[in-house]
Amino acid sequence: MPQILMNTDMNSAAGPLLSVENLNVGFLQRTGVVDVLHGISFALYRGQTTCVVGESGSGKSVTARTILNMVPRPGKINGGRVVFHPDPKGSPIVLTDLDPRGKEIRAIRGGRVGMIFQEPMSSLSPVHTIGNQIIEAIRLHENVSKKRAHAMAVEALRQVEIPEPEKAVDRYAFEFSGGMRQRAMIAMALACKPDVLIADEPTTALDVTTQAEILDLMRGLQKELGMAIMFITHDMGVVAEIADHVVVMEKGHVVENGDVRQIFDAPRHPYTQKLLAAVKRLESPAPGKTSPPASAKPVLKVRDLELHFEKKEGFMGRKTSIVRAVNGVNFELQEGEALGIVGESGSGKTTVGRCIARVYDPKGEIEYNGTNLISANAAQLKQMRRELRMIFQDPFASLNPRMTVKQIIAEPLIVNGLASGADLDTRIAKLLTDVGLSPDMMERYPHAFSGGQRQRIVVARAIALDPKVVIADEPTSALDVSIRTQVLDLLLDLKARLNLSFVFISHDMAVIRYFCDRVAVMHRGKMVEIGQTDQIIDHPQHPYTKALLSSVPISHPSQRGTVQRHRYHPETA
Amino acid sequence: MIWTYIFKRVLWMIPFLFAVSLVAFLLIQAPPGDYLTTYVAKLAETNEALDQAALDNLRQRFGLDQPLYVQYFKWVGNLLTGDFGMSFEWRQPVSDLVWGRMGLTVTLSLATLLFTWAVAFPIGVYSAVRKYSIGDYIATTIGFIGLATPNFLLALILMYVGVVHFGADVGGLFSSEYKNAPWSWGKFFDLCQHLWLPIIVLGTGSTASLIRVMRANLLDELHRPYVETARAKGLSEFWVIMKYPVRVALNPFVSTIGWVLPNLVSGAVVTAIVLSLPTAGPLMLQALLSQDMYLAGAFVLLLSSLTVIGMLISDILLVLLDPRVRYE
Repeated sequence: MPQILMNTDMNSAAGPLLSVENLNVGFLQRTGVVDVLHGISFALYRGQTTCVVGESGSGKSVTARTILNMVPRPGKINGGRVVFHPDPKGSPIVLTDLDPRGKEIRAIRGGRVGMIFQEPMSSLSPVHTIGNQIIEAIRLHENVSKKRAHAMAVEALRQVEIPEPEKAVDRYAFEFSGGMRQRAMIAMALACKPDVLIADEPTTALDVTTQAEILDLMRGLQKELGMAIMFITHDMGVVAEIADHVVVMEKGHVVENGDVRQIFDAPRHPYTQKLLAAVKRLESPAPGKTSPPASAKPVLKVRDLELHFEKKEGFMGRKTSIVRAVNGVNFELQEGEALGIVGESGSGKTTVGRCIARVYDPKGEIEYNGTNLISANAAQLKQMRRELRMIFQDPFASLNPRMTVKQIIAEPLIVNGLASGADLDTRIAKLLTDVGLSPDMMERYPHAFSGGQRQRIVVARAIALDPKVVIADEPTSALDVSIRTQVLDLLLDLKARLNLSFVFISHDMAVIRYFCDRVAVMHRGKMVEIGQTDQIIDHPQHPYTKALLSSVPISHPSQRGTVQRHRYHPETA
Repeated sequence: MIWTYIFKRVLWMIPFLFAVSLVAFLLIQAPPGDYLTTYVAKLAETNEALDQAALDNLRQRFGLDQPLYVQYFKWVGNLLTGDFGMSFEWRQPVSDLVWGRMGLTVTLSLATLLFTWAVAFPIGVYSAVRKYSIGDYIATTIGFIGLATPNFLLALILMYVGVVHFGADVGGLFSSEYKNAPWSWGKFFDLCQHLWLPIIVLGTGSTASLIRVMRANLLDELHRPYVETARAKGLSEFWVIMKYPVRVALNPFVSTIGWVLPNLVSGAVVTAIVLSLPTAGPLMLQALLSQDMYLAGAFVLLLSSLTVIGMLISDILLVLLDPRVRYE
């Protein structure tokens, strides 16, 4: 793209729009000040996107907030400065010198520098209309009448392609889908035409299809408005899609800073190389993957699975609408096989997993070892729950913070009366070793562990009862990429050693390709396609699968513009 | 939409109140004996005696000789026509007795509620925003003392201080010259002069707990992402907190009306006796002690209705305050 390159040169000559110089931020702790940012420097340029990448805890979010002088408590800027130079002829403003509650910085927040956050769900007020919040942002910075601000808010919503902006303006955040909320957030941040947009993981909580749309939108708006974008992400695919410059952060240091092509083609710092290698590993099936033999018998047969949620209203409980969460799903799971289920949020993939674990009361037939789980009695279900275990997405939420690791892993063993006393201790020690943790971690509490280690504890709990089938619901999506492959390798190892079968629910195509033997694609409660993983990914048949695959971020900046994105519309297909 | 919601809720109150009337009636009948047993015992204390024939005569006149269900339906039937029956003890229609006291009770309750909110809201917000500051510690300490002190004790202390140090006229709601006088501005001012003491006494407990509720709720909301969004917009710190987290934290505040209303009537009995307030509480206690069936029944019914109405009001406010609360 020669146009953008030319732009780069022109603007670099004009000097950075915003520069972070030797910024140091410390957190006051009982033991003294602990630095979270160690003298970092980078710059943002007009009309360009700078991606800040790094894993959780690298200080990306603190950096974003410090630019706006909103250091979260108990943080304190103890060195360096942030210089904002919006007008080449005027004098630069040192943002870090301003009073964090003063008028000057407030005029810049939202006015000259807009910000969007990760969670579109909770970043908008639940009790004010979208319009109210956008109008507020406009009237804080521009001296316009309420009526004019309302019109501007409608215009801002139209700009981010929200349908029927005149009506959307009076609606509440909870009436929107995640993607629409993030659009509204962007509309709010851009309502005052800022010079800089800081986006803190704006697409992490969204589906790939929605992510692709939001990235397109941001790119388009940047072209139109010419602002500088600082885009925080941990996803190298997103970086490949949109970055001009990349800043790589690790543990509060900027370890590498350069042009996007240089970073991808010739990463200098070992940490950058490690990040890219982790992504690369996920681009092909796992080396240690063992497919089940052709003679394998099915362990689980699902036929005509249906689950409808009914919304009831009024005195008589009239049914007003029915959500067909799972609408006639059929598949078989072979012994020793990993079957992936992919789809967007709302496609019913999680519900299918929960139906099999009999959290819900579905219709149809789930045959496991000759018993139909749907008509099974309590004793049969108890036995089945020993052999059919679940792993959940969030390793932070699925472990009780007040129980030690030992208590957590022992619980299923004790509940089922399988072990006690010294025997229990040896079993837990063995389980911990199996998942790659040390047995002397037994007495610690979950908070002492990192995300990856916690997910290992969750896995240890799941395999404590020698299960036959494991239902894993997005087990790696809350983890950093480098840890993602480690957990997947652990699961592959356990699968081979214990002859486990997996139902692996995920929205991430790369993870599915790495881990699964077969994959099923779900769309609105139906399975639209099922087959061998490489077959589905390389030669998708159903238009929805094609659309889903087209939204997956590219892996290298040189592929920009080579993928034709489209969204699947069942009416037109 | 909100009107159909209110209409439906009011409709639901009918079967509910019917059930309450049944339970209330059974509860009042639950202790052994009836009004006449208590009456005879009281007469015996003063060495008077009532012969069996006179007793049977009285029992028949009061309708106490009939089976329970007949008594119940008679009572409910009369209730529907607005007749609450006669008080055995006072020999007066129950409605006269109750309504005479309800006016002042409601006045006192509302004044106390407003006092509670006016004090609890700013202090609660302050102690959440300035968590672990000296002001927060002071508010918290006073709050806990307020929670732990029994109201009647506080009443006694305040009365003592009022009489000894300020020479104030405490006790009751009116000075003696206005007690039986018709309403006038003079009587109104007199009421205001007497009202502050019971308001403080009755209000401290709930103020203290509301401060804690407000503080805890606001602390939960203060670090939510939408607060950060508001700050990143350039809103001043005061409005960031007032418009967003406080608004959300208000929900439980509003929900308190539901239990504050009945509590103000029944919960203040001991205090009302200590302060000799002409409110409903002491009268209800007396009616229950002497098994004055119809009077006690009327009070229990009234309390239940107040609870239901309080819940309705707080639910309506919740719907107005929080669009997420579904009311279709």
